[in-house]
Amino acid sequence: MRFILLLIPKGYKSVDADAVPGAVASRMAYNKTLHKAGVLLGLDALLPPSTGARISFIDGKASVTEGPFAEASENIEGYWIIQVRSREEAIEWARRAPMTNNEIIEVRQIYEIGDCSIDAQKAPQGFNNLPDAAARKA
Amino acid sequence: MSENQIPDIHKTIEAVWKIESTRLIAGIARVTRDIGVAEELAQDALVAALERWPEEGIPEKPAAWLMTAAKRRAIDSLRRGRMLEQKHGEIERELEFQQQRLAEAMDQSLDQVIDDDVLRLIFTACHPVLAVEGRIALTLRLIGGLTTPEIARAFLVPEKTLGQRIFRAKRTLSEARVPFEIPRGDELRSRLESVLSVVYLIFNEGYTATFGDEWMREELCNDALRLGRILAGLLPGESEVHGLLALMELQASRTAARKGRNGEAVLLMEQDRSLWDYVQIQRGMAALHHAQKLGGGAGTYTLQAAIVACHARASTAAETDWERIVLLYDALLQIGPSPIVELNRAVAVGMAEGPAAGLRALDALAAEPALNNYHLLPSVRGDFLVQLGRHAEAREEFQRAIAMTENRREHQLLSKKLKQAMFID
Repeated sequence: MRFILLLIPKGYKSVDADAVPGAVASRMAYNKTLHKAGVLLGLDALLPPSTGARISFIDGKASVTEGPFAEASENIEGYWIIQVRSREEAIEWARRAPMTNNEIIEVRQIYEIGDCSIDAQKAPQGFNNLPDAAARKA
Repeated sequence: MSENQIPDIHKTIEAVWKIESTRLIAGIARVTRDIGVAEELAQDALVAALERWPEEGIPEKPAAWLMTAAKRRAIDSLRRGRMLEQKHGEIERELEFQQQRLAEAMDQSLDQVIDDDVLRLIFTACHPVLAVEGRIALTLRLIGGLTTPEIARAFLVPEKTLGQRIFRAKRTLSEARVPFEIPRGDELRSRLESVLSVVYLIFNEGYTATFGDEWMREELCNDALRLGRILAGLLPGESEVHGLLALMELQASRTAARKGRNGEAVLLMEQDRSLWDYVQIQRGMAALHHAQKLGGGAGTYTLQAAIVACHARASTAAETDWERIVLLYDALLQIGPSPIVELNRAVAVGMAEGPAAGLRALDALAAEPALNNYHLLPSVRGDFLVQLGRHAEAREEFQRAIAMTENRREHQLLSKKLKQAMFID
């Protein structure tokens, strides 16, 4: 089973500006622990939302909004993708992450073909509009 | 949070166990020098956790908690063992001293479970003194963090049988006084081969069983991949470790395409390549590149991975670089003769140079006793004959092949080929 651990920071901040050397070191140590345990498939940090863009689709028309965005209460700072044996294991790994006060990690299972969990069976329905994902997972 | 979202405490403890057990056992084994004893102490700690955590909650530092519990049990058993023997004052002091030493050693061990301890654990679990089945079971149990019932389900054996297998393996290690250490020099190479073959056997157990409703067994592929990644982290300079990881990643990348709608097998050349996991292929390619850089690409796992990579690179079956695959099989055969590799090479020759050349390569194998009863030999021969328009002979080969296999899916596949050969005439 693969899971994505989404790193949701407190409020609206840039990745680098707030980063304390100690926090970076502990984050690196955590990455290394995941790697050594053989569970880490990938990870990335994202640049702040102010550098991003949102593309919204209304009546078949795509329109682009440049960042920063008005409602930025929940943005994503980065993610880990891990392969584990259970949802509980994914949660336990997330609990071990070095986080600061009020930060959140959201744990979400990645849909796999032929997955037997109920949640995962529902998952692909939401992907029908994404040509790439739908074509691959159909 | 809805009710069914509240994490089950036992499942959570199981997950903690899966995360912490390897390093816990490795750390204890550094003190006890016996992985059987270490595993039992760790198990005792798990039992204590199962008793206490449901009421007290998961401790802040579960690994430390488990190690402390294991330490307590170790001291208990030391005390009990000695108490039976004598109760003299002098001995009492000696015992206290020993307890203290044990406690200190375990505290220290917890603080610095080093990677080498995990590596020692792997090499010991895969020690050649053990039967292969024992190595597999111990590796999954001690390094994979699987429970006995999980391993039993995955290998389709009764739990009791598997429990005995693990018990026997631990006893064998203990009786043979297998040291808890990392082999050095030449021995490292041969012992590493044993470790890699155990991991690949685990992978294949899952990979060959990926048809039908066999999810538990499919998970074995992921367990093997996890073991492969752990090894790559512990032995980053060993090219074959990366070669094996590449081979497994590249093979596993096809999982979704190997199964048809009704669970039937879909052969490589007929697979819908858009179903391959291209992110996983990238990981496999990176591992292969790494292996080739370290070892020149001459190891068996690296060569096999390179062959699978030829398929992964081809966006359609027709684009496959068969000439290169033939060369890679040649290199594999230089390491060691293998009729199965010869057979695969003949298939590649047929694809690279046409069915007549393939048939010639195949007929050179006809006298090979190891392939006497191997259904793929007549089956491949039949394929070549069909391509050459010799349908009557092809039918005979397919019929021979059908008589040789008891596998239902192989049967279906061969019957289909036979039918096709009938219609063409």
